[in-house]
Amino acid sequence: MEEAVIELDELRKTFVVRRRAGRLKRTRHEVHAVESISFTVPRGEMVGYIGPNGAGKSTTIKMLTGILTPSGGRVRVAGLDPSRERTALAQRIGVVFGQRTTLWWDLPLRDSYQLMRRMYRIEEPRFRKNLDRCVDLLDLGALLDVPVRQLSLGQRMRGDIAAALLHDPEVLYLDEPTIGLDVISKAKVREFLHDLNAERGTTVLLTTHDLTDIEQLCKRVMVIDHGRLVYDGDLGGLHAIGESERTLVVDFERELPPVSVDGARTVRTEGPRQWLAFPAGASAAPVVTALAERYPLVDLSVREPDIEDVIARMYAGA
Amino acid sequence: MGERLYLGLRGYGLIVAMWVRATLAYRTSFALMVLGSFVSTFLNFVAIMIMFTHTDVLGGFTVAEVALLYGTSATSLGLADLLLGSLDRLGARVRDGTMDALLVRPVPVFAQVTADRFALRRLGRISQGVLVLIWALTQVDVDWTWWKLVLLPVTVLSGLGIYGAIYTCGAAFQFWANDASEVQNAFTYGGDTLLQYPPTIFAKDLVWGATFIIPLAFVNWLPIGRILGREDRLGLPGWVDFASPAVALIACTIAGFAWRAGLRGYRSTGS
Amino acid sequence: MRLYALVAAGGFRRYATYRIATAAGVFTNTVFGFILAYTFIALWDERPGLGGYDQSQALTFVWTGQCLIAAAALFGGGFSDELQSRISTGDIAIDLYRPVDLQLWYLAQDLGRAALQLIGRGAVPLAAGALAFDLALPASPLRWLVFLLSVALGCVVSFALRYLVGLSAFWLLDATGVNMFSTMLSMFFSGMLLPLTVFPGTFGEIAQRLPWSALLQVPADVLLGRHEGVGLLAALGFQAAWALVLLALGRAVQAVATRRVVVQGG
Repeated sequence: MEEAVIELDELRKTFVVRRRAGRLKRTRHEVHAVESISFTVPRGEMVGYIGPNGAGKSTTIKMLTGILTPSGGRVRVAGLDPSRERTALAQRIGVVFGQRTTLWWDLPLRDSYQLMRRMYRIEEPRFRKNLDRCVDLLDLGALLDVPVRQLSLGQRMRGDIAAALLHDPEVLYLDEPTIGLDVISKAKVREFLHDLNAERGTTVLLTTHDLTDIEQLCKRVMVIDHGRLVYDGDLGGLHAIGESERTLVVDFERELPPVSVDGARTVRTEGPRQWLAFPAGASAAPVVTALAERYPLVDLSVREPDIEDVIARMYAGA
Repeated sequence: MGERLYLGLRGYGLIVAMWVRATLAYRTSFALMVLGSFVSTFLNFVAIMIMFTHTDVLGGFTVAEVALLYGTSATSLGLADLLLGSLDRLGARVRDGTMDALLVRPVPVFAQVTADRFALRRLGRISQGVLVLIWALTQVDVDWTWWKLVLLPVTVLSGLGIYGAIYTCGAAFQFWANDASEVQNAFTYGGDTLLQYPPTIFAKDLVWGATFIIPLAFVNWLPIGRILGREDRLGLPGWVDFASPAVALIACTIAGFAWRAGLRGYRSTGS
Repeated sequence: MRLYALVAAGGFRRYATYRIATAAGVFTNTVFGFILAYTFIALWDERPGLGGYDQSQALTFVWTGQCLIAAAALFGGGFSDELQSRISTGDIAIDLYRPVDLQLWYLAQDLGRAALQLIGRGAVPLAAGALAFDLALPASPLRWLVFLLSVALGCVVSFALRYLVGLSAFWLLDATGVNMFSTMLSMFFSGMLLPLTVFPGTFGEIAQRLPWSALLQVPADVLLGRHEGVGLLAALGFQAAWALVLLALGRAVQAVATRRVVVQGG
């Protein structure tokens, strides 16, 4: 068996929250943010960690990075106990929080990177090489002297990813790395991550709301809901269980009655536009070919299923 | 322990150096900020001087004696403010979630929070304190002996320790009351205002509280009172006047525990 | 008009949500009040009747100061920081195209804040001071009403000053220096450290005629009953005059600034 970089064994996290009940009285509630999650990730794997909001994704990541202390169970990252050996672990992992930057808000990227170099004690040649590579692939050249607060979300995200990789971490955690980014930035980030994993063998754990991220990057996907792991396998399997469907949105030249082609069914029509559903595991190509042969097409696009939908269907199917 | 201390000091130095470099990139603006900090804190002394245009003594202390109290407290607070003043942003960091970013870096969190946005302009506060202190030393009527000459710098450094402990406890408090950064102002800036005046003018209960509950009296009232040859208000044994370094050490230890408890609480609740 | 009343109510409610911050502020103001009260007792013990106040009037002055710190924004800040950040990010262009008057909008919002902070942060320190010391608070409800009017005028002057400070961001990349300078002036010349009547000679005379004296010195004197009849009208007139002059100045500066924005295209 391959060496496991991330190991979780019945990991739990329980929060105590006090809620107002009446004017002065407060009641104590226990919230089980993470309930007994176990999994391992072998070195060099790129894993998607998905689930609806509040499912426990961020809580898990915070325990894996040592930010939060677990309530129970065991966790090891690169052989270390994240909570106890947090500063030692910090040398070996990289973290990118999609919503907030880990860079110094008022400083230009260049200064932030220099500070990172000295904080993480990265030797000059290695730092140069890593920075040049990130600047090149993430297109940061023009941004290096701009204070972080003046960067757009997509630029800042690229800056953050570079910052997380300067010290060659063994494990990279990405929390919603493509949230709020435009199409071009998304593509750039995905391509970069793909190359990083392929060339350096960096283990990547990625949370996202965008199934396209998973589809293009991860062979393995884990689904968490209500603090429990409900699926661990490949994306195709997830679609199969959830019987999830992709949707082909087709604009015809004129209004038509609902069309019929093999392998797809029309679920909605609106003027000359129709929505055709087909299994997420199948290719869109035969459906498109069949349509093009028989009907006058103007435009078409494919919509991926939502994570929320997929999970909802999993429950409906189970 | 030793290694963490080294890591902390090293990290603190790195971050501070970067902020200083960033600050000095705009020299005119920096000079104006130092001047602003100098003048705005010096106005407190101007107010005291205005008081002394109307009277020769306040609570039995002359203007030079009050200036000595002012100078020692202001210098100690100025140093603590320069080194640890950024701690008042801790609550805001917890609220906006940027605290998490500090926890995934290989430098102790305390060093990162205190060094963040290191404000070199606070040299203004220190320098007005030092100037008033020097002026007071030239004016005050004291027979200088060797132990008094040693006690003076020891007092200023102990004051730094005591104020530093207050800043740290205030920060620890912000871990669970995120919006309460102003509470520590009552003890830092408020404490400084208290200590600028002689203890003789305050109610005994207040002096008692400022000795035994929050050990402000050890910043200057007790040791400087000894240098000036004054009886202390509470009739404490004489050695207490020399206890400031020990008190500062105890205060810092307690503050260290408070900080750790606060951080542990944050790491178990995430908020 | 209804719109601005709503904006003011919004400002009031917004600050009402910061409960812990308010409690922390009340605590700090009360501690400072105690410290200053003892220094004033010592000074007035040496010089009874200094600055025209007896000791209990001097103590009343201290606690009125602590009561008004937040409401009259003696330390500066509040909306002007927000205005500065909107100017530096360019969001101000959006505000200028709204069919509302920018200055009146911020004035309404700031008066809402002041009202909340007068109650939330002012009342408790004043009450604590009245419990612990012998204060010269008036018994006549009419005097309290005139005091509130004077406080309101002081808050408008405070707003008008901070509006100018806020607008400085149109010309300055970093407004920290201006903010610091403005806080310094308002701390010293409002009378918060020492009543302006105690300031020596001509310096004191001038200090009492500057706009900052409208923030604390005048309302405190109104509360203490130092202005009567025509004198009272003159005192309120002094505040109103500064309010009008500074608001007008703010408008003029805003007009110049707006032209700049239009020329530069934001």
